[in-house]
Amino acid sequence: MSLRLRWRKFVSGFMLTMTGVCALVAVSVLFLILGYLAIHGGASVNWNFFTKLPVPVGETGGGMANAILGSAKMLLLATLFGVPIGFFGAIYLAEFSGSTTAFFVRYAADLLNGVPSIVIGIFAYSLVVHPFRQYSTLAGGFALGLMMIPITLRSTEEFLRGVPNPLREAAMALGASKWKTIATVIVPAAYRGILTAILLAFARVAGETAPLLFTALGNQFWSPGWTHPTASLPVMIYTYALAPYDDWHRQAWAAGLVLLVLILVINIVARAILSRGIAVPRS
Amino acid sequence: MAITTTIVPTAGPVAGSRSFLSRLREGDEIARMITFLFAASVVLVTVLLVFELWQGSVLARHKFGFNFFHTSVWDPIFEQFGALPFIYGTLVTAAVALLIAVPLGIGAAIFLAELAPARVSDTLEFFIDLLAAVPSVIYGVLGVFIIVPLMRQYVHPALKHSLGFLPLFQGPAYGVGFLTAGIVLAIMVIPYIISVSREVLLSVPRDQREAALSLGATRWESTWKVVVPFARAGIFGSIFLALARALGETMAVTMVIGNTPTISASLLSPGYSIAAVIANEFTEATGELHTQSLIELGLVLFILTFLLNGFARLLIVATSKRGSGARA
Repeated sequence: MSLRLRWRKFVSGFMLTMTGVCALVAVSVLFLILGYLAIHGGASVNWNFFTKLPVPVGETGGGMANAILGSAKMLLLATLFGVPIGFFGAIYLAEFSGSTTAFFVRYAADLLNGVPSIVIGIFAYSLVVHPFRQYSTLAGGFALGLMMIPITLRSTEEFLRGVPNPLREAAMALGASKWKTIATVIVPAAYRGILTAILLAFARVAGETAPLLFTALGNQFWSPGWTHPTASLPVMIYTYALAPYDDWHRQAWAAGLVLLVLILVINIVARAILSRGIAVPRS
Repeated sequence: MAITTTIVPTAGPVAGSRSFLSRLREGDEIARMITFLFAASVVLVTVLLVFELWQGSVLARHKFGFNFFHTSVWDPIFEQFGALPFIYGTLVTAAVALLIAVPLGIGAAIFLAELAPARVSDTLEFFIDLLAAVPSVIYGVLGVFIIVPLMRQYVHPALKHSLGFLPLFQGPAYGVGFLTAGIVLAIMVIPYIISVSREVLLSVPRDQREAALSLGATRWESTWKVVVPFARAGIFGSIFLALARALGETMAVTMVIGNTPTISASLLSPGYSIAAVIANEFTEATGELHTQSLIELGLVLFILTFLLNGFARLLIVATSKRGSGARA
C-alpha cells in the first residue's frame, strides 16, 4: 500500500469518526438537558407543586397550580381555535381547491409558520389586547392557536393527499357525494396522521413563552376569568429563573422538568401513533 | 419535523361532471364553501399580521426613517430610538451560533445519512426530533444556571488567557454576553440543521456514491466530494432555516445575552438582541413612539425571517427534486 493511499484511508477513517462524534454530541445534549432538569428539579416536583399557589418571597414551599391551570386553559383555547382552521383548511386544500387558491393558502401558512413567536405576540397584542385594554387568557390562547394553524394545516393536507385515489373513486362509484366520501372514507383513512399532526402542533405551542409575555402576561394568583391575565408554566419558568431567590430557582427547575416531560411524552405518543405502535380506538 | 418537509404528490380532486344543482343538493357545494372559509381565514390572518405590523409602526417609521437602523441611541425618555445595537447583537449571536452549529450539524447529518445503519440512524433521528421539540425557555434555564457560570469561571478566563490579544476576547468576564447567547442558540438550531440536511443527503441517488467508490474513492472522498456537493443547495437551505430560527429566537437569548445595548467587538461583552428588547420592554413601553419602535423591530424581524425562510425552502425543494429526478 503506497503512502498516499494509506494517508487517504487514514483521512477517510478519521473524518468518518469525527462525523460520528458530531452525532453523538448532538444527541447527548438531549440527555444532558433531561439529566440536569431531573437532578435540579426532581426533588421539587411533589404534590404541593401541582396543588398549591405560589407563596410570597421569603416563604418556602408553594406550587404552581395557577400556572398549570392557566396553561391548560390557553392550550384548550388554542386547540379550539387553531385545529379547526388547520383541519378544515387542509380538507379544502387537499380535496376541493384549484391550484391558484391552494398556492396562496399554502404560502400564507408557510409564512405564518416562519414568523418568530415574539412577533406573533405583538400581533395578538395589537389585535386582542390593545383594543380591549386588557391582558387576558383569551389573548394568550389566540396567540398560541395562531401558531397551531400552519402546523396542523400543512401536515393534515399531506396526510389527506397520501390517501390513495382508488379509495376516493370507489366511494364515489358507490354513489357517495363528495363530502360524504371525505367524511366517511378519506378522513378516517388518514386519521392517524392527522392525530399525530395535531398532537405535534399542541406540543410545539405548549412550551411557547414569547407570545404569552404580553398577551396573557402573568399572575401570582388564580386567574379570575377568561378575560383576565393568567399565569402559565413557561412564563412562570422565565420569571422564576431570572429572579434572585433560591427557592424560586428550585421551582423554575421543577416547572421546567414538568413542562419538558409533558412535551416529550406528547411527542413520543404522537410518533408512536403514526408508526402504528399504539392502537387508537376508533369510534 | 420530518412530517412537514416532504409533500407527497397525488392526483388532484376527482373531477366531477355533475351539475352545480346536484352538487348543491348533495351538500358538496356547502362543504366546499365551509372548508373554503377556513382556508381563506389562514390567508386573512396572515395578511392581517403584516398589516398590523406595518400600521403599528407607522409613526416610528416616519419619524426616524433609515436613521432607525444606523443610530444607536435608545432613549425612551427623550423618545430617541435607534436600533443599531439590537440589530448588531442579533446578527453577531446568529453568526456565532452558525459557526458552531453548521460544522457539528452537517457532520452529524453525514453520519446519520451515510454511515449509520438505517436502524441506528432512525433512532438517533428520533432523539434529534425530540431535541427540536424542547421549548426555548428550557434552554434559557439551562443557559442561566449551567452555561453562564461555566462561561464566567472557565471559558471566558481561558479565552482571555490564550486569545486575549484579539479584540474578540477582551473585557471583564460576566458570563453573559454575545458568545454565551451564540452557544445557546447553536445548541438550539443544531437539530434543524441535522434533520433537514440528513433528508437531503438521503435523497442523493445511490449510483452517485457507487460511481465514486468504483473509481477508487475512499468512503470519505465519495461522501465529501460527490454526495455533499450534490446536496449542497439543500444543505445551504437547512443553514438558512437555522439562521431564520436563530434570528427570531427570543427567550433563551433574552435570558443569557445580558440585556445591555452595547456595540462591542468583544464577544465576551454583554449585548442585546431585537427579540430580547421586544420581550423586555413591550409591556412597559412608556409612550406611543416607544411601542411603535418596538413594533418596527418586530417588522424588521418578520421581514428578515420571511426572506430567509423563503430562500431556504426554495433551495431544499430544488435539491430534493434533483435527487428524486435523477433516481427515476
